[in-house]
Amino acid sequence: MKQENTKTHKFGMVIDLDKCTGCGSCMVSCMSENNVPFKDDESDKKKSITWMRVYKLTNGKSFPDTEMVYLPRPCQHCAGKGGHGHSPCVSVCPATATDYGYDTGIVSQIYTRCFGCRYCMGACPYHARYFNWWDPKWPEGMEKYLSPSVSPRMRGVVEKCSFCYHRYQAARDIAYSQGDKNEIPEENYQTACTTACPAGAIVFGDLNNPEHKVHKIVNPDPHPDTFNKHVVGKSRNPNVFRLLERLGTNPKVYYLSEREWVRKAGDNYREGEWDKIKNHYGATSTHG
Amino acid sequence: MKVDRRSFLGLGLGAVAGVTVSPMMLKLTDDSSILSQTTKLWPWALDHPPLDGESTYESSVCSLCPGACGISVRKIDNRPIKIEGLDDYPVNDGGACLHGIAGLQYLYDPARVKTPLKRNGDGFEEISWDDAIAIVSGKLGDIRKSGAPEKLACIIDKDQGSVSGLFKRLLETFGSPNFYTMPSLESNLELTAEALHGEGMTIGFDLANADLVLSFGAGLIEGWGSPVACFKANASRKERHAKLYQIEPRLSNTAANADKWIPVKPGTEADLALGICAVMLKNNLFKGSATSAFTGGFNKLAAQVQQDYSPVKTAEITGVKAADIEKLATKFAKAKMPLAVFGKGRGDGAQSLKEMAAVQLLNCMVGNLNKKGGTFVMPKAEYLEFPESSLDGIAQKGMLKEKTGKYVNQLFEKVNQTSKPVIEALFVYNANPCYNMHKPKTVKQAFEKIPFIVSFSSFLDETAMEADIILPSHTFLERFEDVATGAGLAKSVVGLTKPMLDPIFDTRHPGDSVISIAKALESGVAQNFEWETYEECLEGVTAGIWDSLSEDGFALLSEEAPSTAAMVNVSYLAAGPATVKAQGDYKLTLIPIDNMRLISAGYSASPFAIKTVADTVLKGKDILVEINPLTANGLKEGGYATLATPIGTARVRIHLNEGIMPGVIGMVEGLGHTFDNIFVSNKGVNVNDLIGPVIESGSGLDAAFGIKAKLS
Repeated sequence: MKQENTKTHKFGMVIDLDKCTGCGSCMVSCMSENNVPFKDDESDKKKSITWMRVYKLTNGKSFPDTEMVYLPRPCQHCAGKGGHGHSPCVSVCPATATDYGYDTGIVSQIYTRCFGCRYCMGACPYHARYFNWWDPKWPEGMEKYLSPSVSPRMRGVVEKCSFCYHRYQAARDIAYSQGDKNEIPEENYQTACTTACPAGAIVFGDLNNPEHKVHKIVNPDPHPDTFNKHVVGKSRNPNVFRLLERLGTNPKVYYLSEREWVRKAGDNYREGEWDKIKNHYGATSTHG
Repeated sequence: MKVDRRSFLGLGLGAVAGVTVSPMMLKLTDDSSILSQTTKLWPWALDHPPLDGESTYESSVCSLCPGACGISVRKIDNRPIKIEGLDDYPVNDGGACLHGIAGLQYLYDPARVKTPLKRNGDGFEEISWDDAIAIVSGKLGDIRKSGAPEKLACIIDKDQGSVSGLFKRLLETFGSPNFYTMPSLESNLELTAEALHGEGMTIGFDLANADLVLSFGAGLIEGWGSPVACFKANASRKERHAKLYQIEPRLSNTAANADKWIPVKPGTEADLALGICAVMLKNNLFKGSATSAFTGGFNKLAAQVQQDYSPVKTAEITGVKAADIEKLATKFAKAKMPLAVFGKGRGDGAQSLKEMAAVQLLNCMVGNLNKKGGTFVMPKAEYLEFPESSLDGIAQKGMLKEKTGKYVNQLFEKVNQTSKPVIEALFVYNANPCYNMHKPKTVKQAFEKIPFIVSFSSFLDETAMEADIILPSHTFLERFEDVATGAGLAKSVVGLTKPMLDPIFDTRHPGDSVISIAKALESGVAQNFEWETYEECLEGVTAGIWDSLSEDGFALLSEEAPSTAAMVNVSYLAAGPATVKAQGDYKLTLIPIDNMRLISAGYSASPFAIKTVADTVLKGKDILVEINPLTANGLKEGGYATLATPIGTARVRIHLNEGIMPGVIGMVEGLGHTFDNIFVSNKGVNVNDLIGPVIESGSGLDAAFGIKAKLS
């Protein structure tokens, strides 16, 4: 199968952590867009379904040198080692309930196929997957606001961020109707978290399309990283990083910060290790 | 057959082997999981599949907070399913806050009042609209007959817009001056403008253009002002190379996002502002051309400030190093477009006039008034043209009486002080004083002393629960209304809220409720309400801008800096008002924290919003308070403690946070509701239950920034 096709999309996002205010709009927009349920107590975060979750990071220094930053975490839509589509969760799913879309780069989740073994949850290094321990229940009348674009999930299945795949489908329908099925204009497909963000911290688009803002910011190096052959798509922007990049999961969610401690917080480093790699970016050459 | 040990074991092993080898167990497990997952065991899915249909978008304006953002509502066959920010709307241009996005949850909120209610013992009974209006107008008629119409009072969220205008008109033509608004950023801006720039003025901050913002605790990304507009202005700092310096005791989101966080002892912001002012005076860092026009004794103020607020003295009071104060003053004065912002937290609730005026004085001294990137001192946006009201004899006499209290807290104080009822009837609309105000217990006491209370709330919140009659209002998604964005914005915008669907319960527009009450009163009052419906009234009173309201959805009243020079009178500050101190003698200081994901004014955050609250703020039913590890004194992360203040005690859990000043306890505002909604209520503690009002001498405002407290 030829995967590196100029016509294939590779949807991804870059989140500017210096702009993120931790306001929570992305989380609520996601829940409201995707029919995510809620319970009377959502303070046990392991059992609280949040496709988009905003984490709080601190620099660990004491008063008054403390700094803090928020980090929104959707599904990272990993491309797996070498970018071949073997995402950690896809590799372990016995039911093919989650799959890698080679045409979009989106990791899917098909609720009716999932039988709840939760291997994927164990495999996901980002805790981006959630299990429905109960059937969702809405207070009387509230089911009227549910969207027909996304099916509600029943007890016993795993769910996660889909990059608002239904919005991609709608954009693709428009593209088909206009004759060029491969041409998805940037503004036609934006996730609910992106459009909701009042700070404009989230930029979403096609990482394969040099015209798209996300590509311009990330400027991904398509070739394997010289330090780690499993890593592809490393950003050439010195302020851009990915979470746990060395695992070679090759997420399509990138983060941007001018602060070094924030970039360092994207992984766990041994003593002295960070200093060796902190100035290592994607190769600027277009040849591998 | 004899079963010996040998054959028993053999049979047993055989059975185990048989079961293991056979696919029976696998099959059973598989069947049970399939069975438990089929939609047959999930009856909800069979009964209520989300129906598909034609998808449309309609625009409106959100009125959940004074920010008043444009919203776009996605509908499927007339059924609203999603709220998003409206592109190109002059306030928010696309973005939306989490509360607005979750707006549909308010529509179907379990605590909504579905039909008019009448108190019956401890509970309520349902009554018809006709009966409810008859009871209210009957009671009001009796008050007028008694010749004391001033004994009708009204508490409302704001003094702007046609709904507020109708309530005010009813009070006026009835004969009562007792019209009150809850303390809000707008009311605080107006008071500050009144103290420095004259009556009828308000202040707008051009945050989107300033290149150095010095924020005295204003939670610019914590919900201050018009939240989305502030988020946008803040986010554009990077591109504009603008700086934000945040002054407050705790590393709030705003402080964390700022270029510099300057921790200051709680309640000393006014002193720091005057300290900066002293440095500017000493080093000649102010615009002489601006200060020469000041009236009210600027020389006296200048001498006094330099004497009382030298860098060393200010450092002692505020905890900010003397050298840093000097640097800060120089940075501020030398910036191209400096802007100082006041209004701690969201700028609503308790604020000190001294603090607000001292900060505004900095703006006056750098001469940024009515300049791009500065503060706009402008007359309050007046776009409503109500027909002239005619007052009958009773009303004229009533209107000559003095207001019972200047502010709403003083009203309650008066009611509690006197044994005879000073207020016979109270209207409450869009306000929740029995939760929002400091020491709500005393507010509830005052409510008990008022014989007749009418609530116009959409929800059975803490205040509505104290009412005798509830005339439930449509939510913002079910009605028309003009909504002006004040909230400290530099531009002045009026938006039109439109109904997105037919009312889902037996509720009415609050404007219609007021009109029908007025019509049921004597002709002296009724003749002032000749509209058939609220919609007719709305179109009439907004006639000047109705075309753009109905066509564009909004009217932009002003955008540029006012062309006139602003008058500055410093007499209030020159009189040397005292800085408010926290009540009590305990060693620690409890301060409320404004958290964007919660709502501190009005009703409550939605279930979705509550879901996003971190488990370091709310865990189960427990609220966590923040303290610096240095203050912990043996208390452990997540451990229980008793928080005591002179007003009350609460059981809390501890969250150790390096980002809060030692000696300070931070408790989030917006939890601890007590009404009937399992998703948002009975979680944590209402911080207002622990803080009592402290009245600032001179202004009469409740200026309690916190309270002394102890943890054990």
